[in-house]
Amino acid sequence: MTSRTRLRKGTTKTLVTQRRRTRPADKEEVDDVYDMRITMDEARRSRSPLYYGDGITYLQNDTHLTGKLIVIEGPDASGRTSQISVIQQRLEADGHAVVTTGLRRSELIGEGILEAKRNFVLGRRTLSLFYAADFADQLENKIIPALRAGYIVLADRYIFTLMARDAVRKISRTWSHALYGFALKPDLVFYLDVDPNELIHRVFQKNFSLDYYESGADLGLSEDMFESFIKYQNMLAKEFHRMQKKYKLIPIDGNRTIEEINTDLLKRIGDFLYSAIAK
Amino acid sequence: MELIIVANQTIQTRKVFPLKTLYYGNEARNKEGLKGRLIIVEGIDGSGKSTQIHLLEQWLRSRNIAVFLTEWNSSDMVKQITSKGKKKGKLTPTTFSLLHATDFADRYERKILPLLRAGYIVLADRYVYTAFARDIVRGCSRNWVYKVYSYALKPDLTFYFKVPIDVAVERILVGRPKLKYYEAGMDLNLSNDPYESYRIFQQRIIDEYDVMAQDEGFAVIDGTSAIEEQQAQVRDLVKSIIPRNQRKILESELISVGVQA
Repeated sequence: MTSRTRLRKGTTKTLVTQRRRTRPADKEEVDDVYDMRITMDEARRSRSPLYYGDGITYLQNDTHLTGKLIVIEGPDASGRTSQISVIQQRLEADGHAVVTTGLRRSELIGEGILEAKRNFVLGRRTLSLFYAADFADQLENKIIPALRAGYIVLADRYIFTLMARDAVRKISRTWSHALYGFALKPDLVFYLDVDPNELIHRVFQKNFSLDYYESGADLGLSEDMFESFIKYQNMLAKEFHRMQKKYKLIPIDGNRTIEEINTDLLKRIGDFLYSAIAK
Repeated sequence: MELIIVANQTIQTRKVFPLKTLYYGNEARNKEGLKGRLIIVEGIDGSGKSTQIHLLEQWLRSRNIAVFLTEWNSSDMVKQITSKGKKKGKLTPTTFSLLHATDFADRYERKILPLLRAGYIVLADRYVYTAFARDIVRGCSRNWVYKVYSYALKPDLTFYFKVPIDVAVERILVGRPKLKYYEAGMDLNLSNDPYESYRIFQQRIIDEYDVMAQDEGFAVIDGTSAIEEQQAQVRDLVKSIIPRNQRKILESELISVGVQA
């Protein structure tokens, strides 16, 4: 892997200088075409960061990310976390270095958000910005460094959950999109699509109770927690479907068994890595 | 692997959204029928703005006008939660910006907006412009910062206390042996000397303020003139923007100690 990288870098450099030399004269067109092919190939392997907006403007421009960012989105109890641990094991067995990350896990305020939810009534925008700060901290201190070092980063949820929650709480979608303008575009985003009626059984299997926020109880949808949960999860699912095209989310039928979903995910990830690395 | 963060040395291109178009908040004013008035002060540390807004608050209060003062970065809830994290690690410009944005949102959602609806005169010691100036100087994208705060209401009146950098720095440093890390802008690697760093940092903020003062129509007050004189100017302008019934109250009373109101 390393020797290949070195070789590649060397090749690109000479080709770039060649192009510079030949361009003014504008004679050898063949060289130019060949050069483009290499650059495209290079771009596929290592890329300058792509962002949803202006990105992180103060980072040096030459930040090259050789790793891959793979996101799994989906509601609570959709089986995200167990999928991720299986995928991690499998990728590591195949020789890839893997880092996992998720929401509310930053050292900065990860814990703080839980505490805040317990002790205070938070405004919807305040909570939204809290999550954004937590995400930014992890993006800059964990995700980007790992991607620069060539890791595969498996993210247990990303900005899409946060944007969906905001939208359901009547925060402008334009605003949320702009807020996450500093977020890196992942290489792959899967969305585990589970029918809320199926989901509620899994929640009970997991916890035997409904979480206040995961039921959208702060929205006052219904006096009845059960009904509130179904309504809230339906709203979130709708929001995800709405985002699907814009953010290139790959829907995964989450109503199947864990094993079936796992095979599906692994195949898709394998195909992607093969096309990205083996080319 | 360490992330290398460089201060934004290059001058950002001036192709920016006009700020005015970004305030969705102003639609809220009409929709929700905000009866109150929002008056804010801006300026670098040592410009005297806090003194002036305090005097303004006292004046309004003495006339029994419903007034509320809120300060930058003062939400207890946010402070409680972020103080632990701040100690643990260094903040990046983005996280620094977002934590301040969270603090602002908390005060905005729970205090500023409801009180404006209730008809209060809300005074803010620093407002979104402080975030714009500081975050942009720290290297955040200009348009991004503008958009993060785009839900905020445009103030009815913005005072900008302008002082030369030397005056402000001297006022701040008298009797202060040490500057805090972020206060001195040490995260920007401007200089190894905190005082030198502080100075460069503040000068850049002044440059940002000067641009906004024009674009946003700040009322510029000469922060080097006598305190009483500044306050008289402030009060005159405040009278011009508050509801008529309140203006009458302020104009009726004439007993004042050395201040021509």
